[in-house]
Amino acid sequence: MKYVDEYRDGALAGRIAETIKREVRPDREYRLMEFCGGHTHAISRYGLEDLLPENIRLIHGPGCPVCVLPMARIDLGIACALRPGVTVCVYGDMMRAPGSGGSSFLKVKAAGADIRMVYSTLDAVKIAEKEPDREVVFFAIGFETTTPPTALAVRAAERKGLKNFSVLCNHVLTPAAMTAILESGGEDGVRVEGFIGPAHVSTVIGSEPYKVFARHYKKPVVIAGFEPLDVAQAILMLVRQINDGRAEVENEYIRAVTREGNARAQAEVRALFELRERFEWRGLGFLPSSALRLRPEFKAFDAEARFDLIESRAKDNPACECGAILRGVKKPAQCRLFGTVCTPETPMGSCMVSPEGACSAHWTYGRFRERAKDAAA
Amino acid sequence: MSRKLDIKHGRVDMSHGAGGRAMGRLIEDIFLAAFENPWLRAADDQAAFDVAAGRMAMTTDAYVVSPLFFPGGDIGLLAINGTVNDLAMSGAKPLYLTASFIIEEGFAFADLKRIAESMGAAARAAGVTVVAGDTKVVERGKADGVFISTAGVGAIPAGLDLSCRRVRPDDVVVLSGCVGDHGAAVMSKRENLEFETEIVSDCAALNGLVADMVAAAGPHLRAMRDPTRGGLAAVLNEFAHAARVGFRIEESAIPVRPEVAAACEFLGLDPLNVANEGKLVAVVAPQGAAAMVETMRAHPLGRDAVVIGRAVEDANGFVEMRTAFGGGRIVDWLAGEQLPRIC
Repeated sequence: MKYVDEYRDGALAGRIAETIKREVRPDREYRLMEFCGGHTHAISRYGLEDLLPENIRLIHGPGCPVCVLPMARIDLGIACALRPGVTVCVYGDMMRAPGSGGSSFLKVKAAGADIRMVYSTLDAVKIAEKEPDREVVFFAIGFETTTPPTALAVRAAERKGLKNFSVLCNHVLTPAAMTAILESGGEDGVRVEGFIGPAHVSTVIGSEPYKVFARHYKKPVVIAGFEPLDVAQAILMLVRQINDGRAEVENEYIRAVTREGNARAQAEVRALFELRERFEWRGLGFLPSSALRLRPEFKAFDAEARFDLIESRAKDNPACECGAILRGVKKPAQCRLFGTVCTPETPMGSCMVSPEGACSAHWTYGRFRERAKDAAA
Repeated sequence: MSRKLDIKHGRVDMSHGAGGRAMGRLIEDIFLAAFENPWLRAADDQAAFDVAAGRMAMTTDAYVVSPLFFPGGDIGLLAINGTVNDLAMSGAKPLYLTASFIIEEGFAFADLKRIAESMGAAARAAGVTVVAGDTKVVERGKADGVFISTAGVGAIPAGLDLSCRRVRPDDVVVLSGCVGDHGAAVMSKRENLEFETEIVSDCAALNGLVADMVAAAGPHLRAMRDPTRGGLAAVLNEFAHAARVGFRIEESAIPVRPEVAAACEFLGLDPLNVANEGKLVAVVAPQGAAAMVETMRAHPLGRDAVVIGRAVEDANGFVEMRTAFGGGRIVDWLAGEQLPRIC
């Protein structure tokens, strides 16, 4: 497959791996966080860890939209879906994400709620157009990548004069989460020496917003694509920065990411959305200025205003380690629910739901490594 | 008997399932015409036939695919080939099939006829006869066009005993061709994805290929399965689970058409999890592998047959794959319901 196979080339991977092995200093550890679930998935699916020296430790970050969404927000979506006459449209990944009391969109759908899986925000608008008697709510999730498509849907609904379309907005911001990870010091914090920076998010926001992590926090950031060679190359670039004592924002993903990003998308997002004072993240708690909501002038399209939805407190399963895993403090296999009661079929925590989640990726692709480790021990 | 059906403009109504003249007409004009054979003509409540000595294989399957017509096939073709293939995977020679139709009120006669004719042609091509059938009509909204259920029996050649429980460490895994065609074809139609090259389902009856394989590998052949729902990944995991072995396979050996790979990439699917309707996975003892692969390659449906890996001792029953990238990963069962109503 053209434009994809080139970035999955085994021979090239071998050469990058050799260079990394040659350049790493044996006397130290390199603790690198791949921020995005897309990276986590690529690392697991292509078995990248097998090509790396042991002193490179990849820490899975919180960049998986389903994973960071707290139960309370899923509960809001479910509450919405349980109202008569309401259709809730969700991205496929959301269907199994666990809400309170073992509920999920999948379960309430089976019980009769009208939940539709959509590939595109505009599909939700189409449903609203075709079924004017139904209140159609798009359950919007994701980082900066998926926010512009939500903006586009609101614009389309506005243009078509739809009165039955609204958005339950859960869009969150990447830099806020990176800051939270770097600020979470102490015993509960994670030591990260460099970031493999977001791919798709950066196509929208550009490379500029990461400067603060290099300058203020002295952490190198290498923006990388989601193909395995992108990740391998970014690791090499991070190793070189760390060896040189540099902390810069470098861009491995030059085929898609510019310094300024996508100005038009940014303008649309600014026009439609405003910062929430604070927003709850699974694993990271309430973070200030870390999420978006529709501006008051678009209130008619805001499901929270339209249906008077009030967030209630929801408690995660106390044994679930998703929080620590999302902060990079624990690995999936260190959770005692992992692979026992919590599997992709019956996820207890959100990290087991999306294929981008650290637990799901490790269970689906990497769990044979635990056996190899057991045998070695 | 009532007037001939207006195939061109007419539609199935509730009377066509009521057991009266209208139902007789529907059977006569559509199903008998398509399946023509003395058993159906006899119009008894059952078909009676002679059986040879030895073991028989029997199977049943329901078909609910959406859309009913897709590039490379339709629900009727699937209903015949799917059941023929399930029989063939035991090494059996498929002989007789039955077909039940659950039809939604309002379904066009023309579509029903097209489906029945496709079934008739598929049955003749596979050398099987549809000897019994049933027709039910349900109210509009209670089905989706038509659902078909077929069952079949076949005769197993003497001395052949294929079962997934017989797979042993060191056995060789052979795949008959590229994976993911059927699922990708149906999904791309359903999601209205336009690709430069249309993806065509691989739907085909495999009994001819199987007969050649049985002749070539004989007792070395341990187990076969057609990777339908859940794809290649599901078959290997089922084998691993049943035989308490693991598998080690090579990603670079597994053929995937570029357009299928592209569609899977687009839809976020793994081709190893995507359904096939004209492929098989065979596990064969090492000493029988080479001759069998050569024989398969001489058959049009096995042209791309290839060894993709081996069974190994593994208490965990892991299917592990060396990726083309160079690392290792597990090939797991499909989680969730990515591809509802694929067959």
